[in-house]
Amino acid sequence: MSDPQAGAGTRLVEMRGIRKSFPGVQASDDVCLSLDSGEVLALLGENGAGKSTLMNILAGLYHPDAGQILVRGRAARISSPRDAAALGIGMVHQNFMLVDSMSVAENVVLGMKGLPFVPDLRKVKAGIRELSERYNLRVDPEAYVWQLSVGEQQRVEILKLLYRRAEILILDEPTAVLTPQESAELNAVVRRMRSEGKAAIFITHKMEEVMTFSDRVMVLRRGKLVAERRTADTDPRELARLMVGREVLFCVDKRPFSPGDCVLELEGVRAEDERGLPALDGLDLRLRSGEILGIAGVAGNGQRELAEVITGLRPATAGRIRLKGRDVTNGSPLSLIRSGVGHVPQDRSSVGAVGDLSVAANLAMKGYRSRPVSVGPVLRPSRILELAKRLIAAFGIATPSPQTRVKFLSGGNVQKTILAREIGACTSLLVAVYPSRGLDVGATEAVRKELVAQRDAGRAVLLVSEDLEELAQVADTIAVLFEGRVMGTFPACEADPETLGLLMSGAKKEA
Amino acid sequence: MALHFEKRKSASTAALFIVPLASFLASLALTSLLLLAFEVNPAATFAAMFKGAFGSWRAFTETLVKAIPLMLTSLGVALAFKLRFWNIGAEGQLVMAGVAASWVALFWSGWVPGALLLPLAILVGCAAGALWASVPALLKTSLAVDETLVTLMLNYVAILFADSLYYGPWRDPKGYGFPGTAPFPKEAWLPRISGRAHVGLYFALALALVLWFLLNRTRWGFELKIIGSSPRAARYEGIAVERNVVLAVLLSGALCGLAGACEVTAISHRLQQGLAIGYGFTAIIVAWMSQLNPLAIAPVSILMAAILVGGDQVQMKMGLPSAMGQVMQGMILFPMLAGSLFTEFRIRRSAPRAGGPAPGREGAA
Ligand SMILES: Nc1ncnc2c1ncn2[C@@H]1O[C@H](COP(=O)(O)OP(=O)(O)OP(=O)(O)O)[C@@H](O)[C@H]1O
Ligand SMILES: [Mg+2]
Repeated sequence: MSDPQAGAGTRLVEMRGIRKSFPGVQASDDVCLSLDSGEVLALLGENGAGKSTLMNILAGLYHPDAGQILVRGRAARISSPRDAAALGIGMVHQNFMLVDSMSVAENVVLGMKGLPFVPDLRKVKAGIRELSERYNLRVDPEAYVWQLSVGEQQRVEILKLLYRRAEILILDEPTAVLTPQESAELNAVVRRMRSEGKAAIFITHKMEEVMTFSDRVMVLRRGKLVAERRTADTDPRELARLMVGREVLFCVDKRPFSPGDCVLELEGVRAEDERGLPALDGLDLRLRSGEILGIAGVAGNGQRELAEVITGLRPATAGRIRLKGRDVTNGSPLSLIRSGVGHVPQDRSSVGAVGDLSVAANLAMKGYRSRPVSVGPVLRPSRILELAKRLIAAFGIATPSPQTRVKFLSGGNVQKTILAREIGACTSLLVAVYPSRGLDVGATEAVRKELVAQRDAGRAVLLVSEDLEELAQVADTIAVLFEGRVMGTFPACEADPETLGLLMSGAKKEA
Repeated sequence: MALHFEKRKSASTAALFIVPLASFLASLALTSLLLLAFEVNPAATFAAMFKGAFGSWRAFTETLVKAIPLMLTSLGVALAFKLRFWNIGAEGQLVMAGVAASWVALFWSGWVPGALLLPLAILVGCAAGALWASVPALLKTSLAVDETLVTLMLNYVAILFADSLYYGPWRDPKGYGFPGTAPFPKEAWLPRISGRAHVGLYFALALALVLWFLLNRTRWGFELKIIGSSPRAARYEGIAVERNVVLAVLLSGALCGLAGACEVTAISHRLQQGLAIGYGFTAIIVAWMSQLNPLAIAPVSILMAAILVGGDQVQMKMGLPSAMGQVMQGMILFPMLAGSLFTEFRIRRSAPRAGGPAPGREGAA
């Protein structure tokens, strides 16, 4: 910040010998990291490898147990986000930290140092407009945060940092919640910043993004730095191998498609979202046993509502839902769980898992109603522990112990915990909403294999995904969702990305 | 690895004991200052309090007399608090139960077999406590009305209702104007163990065990735990949130009600002034000090009762206002709250959103 003219190639940040341990894990183990101006560094690693931890240290949220941080060649003590901000370091966290009830402009200046008691919001808004023009970050400074989509909220987070003249941007899985279009826009913003001599570190699990976004890649495994490459000198395959420590097959073996009886049938289903606006608008679907039906579509076109209507969490205002021929329209969540419907919800931190309870308790949350976990009304703690140990091993959940509270797990491991429980509880239908979001390549591969295994075992799988590659790989049939309606259904082998893209944007399927 | 984990486990169980203990010691220190301001010797005062509460068998039974309703109401309060249902209406539930039990004891003896009178009085008392608690529970689950205010207000309704009964229609005509009903028939007296300490003690101890088992070892307890931590997640898990909240609050009211029913059938043997002397409020302190753990509630209740009883003794021996006992209780609450804040702060520091940048404060967050 003191030297905005720093030419490309000056060293901005150097982290040396960083160590940080949490109870039961060494989250950072003697890590060294450097960042030059005009550079984009990608941080790769399995779930729980310690990426967020390392970045939280740089952003002043965690204090390292050992190690040194140099910013622009000078030793820096970063003991709070405010210290980090003063050094030009800013971080966008995966769960945004905006105040819903305030306007964009207010959020941008909130907590800024050296602000007059009553800030001149007109000046702030002008500043925001100028910045959003320069970086092509379209946001209305007058809008309230609660009115914004996830993508827009992220733009506000980035604007917030730019407004504070951050020169070192840290983005923790910024694209996990973005549509492909929004990801591309983010890429343009990062490029623009790079050309101005700023630098960015970003965390992602998507290999293509590493290849298109970054100049350099660092790979962490179990808290240790295991490899560093120039992006130009590597390829996704090698990176995946470095991350996981073994070859990752980007393909999944499937038995030939031989669907059985109809498991799930939706007829003209309508439902409303939280604001009372129509979210599902006369939706028809058919899903057979032994079939994976992929729901393609841009996020926010009714995916969440579709999953919730099927699992009894949201009332259908019209239409019929049948499960194995039985009418289950507006059945209770419990009755659907009892009929063997598993659900990996979109919202994992507040719906799918309970952060204050242990991993073991979270894993037991579906199975606790029956033997062997309970006998009559009485729970058997030893069986809960057994179940937990088995699922932790089977799904490779990285946790210090089954008793660890879920809120201390890394993002990806929370998702694995939910998946393990839901797959375990599912006997007829699995509704999975973005199941591989936030998972590393190894875990993504494991999840896809597991979905296919469920299908091969004769269950029906409804897979909501925005990743066309994933759908092409796993699904048997693909239905495109747009504004709460199915625009078209194809066998996965016949669906080409162009047609899908067109339908996803609402274009009618031409004859 | 294992070593690290143990460290944390022991640290958290240590906190379970250290926090209440430290708060207790801090409150002794604070009270000492106050006593010094009154120019009395704190050590002598505490000794007198201790003697007053535990100095003789008789004193001990009197401490138990106060500990019993405290245990029962604290169990009720703790159960509701587990669900984040802020039931501060234990006092009112206790009083309504006392009224209902008195009604049975006074007016049912004609047509109910004598042996059934006492059990019926106690059961109807519990039911009345539950009924009184059902009002805020239903208002909260059906109309999202804040339970804190409703439970608090209903305390005064209950207390005034009881007043109006023993000052009015239920007043004992042979009572020389004393505000109270006629004594209950002997069949409606709850047996005493020693002194005035009564079998309500066995109820309280047994129910503490039952509640612990219910919360920690049953499916229902597991569901309550999930609801208390995240109602949205509970709904997604197929748990009927509203129904279970109502059920648990009914049980909470019934436990507080049992305290009231025991008070009238075992101690006063009539409905009279002095039933509502704040057990239901002290229960809130006890529940917090016990960190909502039913097994901790019994000893903590005895401690609190000792402070109350000892406080009375101090009045006689040291010429201090008997309110001293209650002042001490208040003095315990403050360090307790500070203590729990302190532990929370420690935990939060290491949590992801830790250094706690409320979005409001922190720029870079
Ligand atoms: N506040 C905390 N308390 C205890 N353990 C923690 C805490 N934060 C992180 N951990 C542990 O540290 C390890 C590294 O976590 P971190 O969040 O850095 O992983 P990550 O690489 O970001 O993973 P993901 O890709 O899943 O987000 C994990 O094992 C996690 O359980
Ligand atoms: Mg992370």
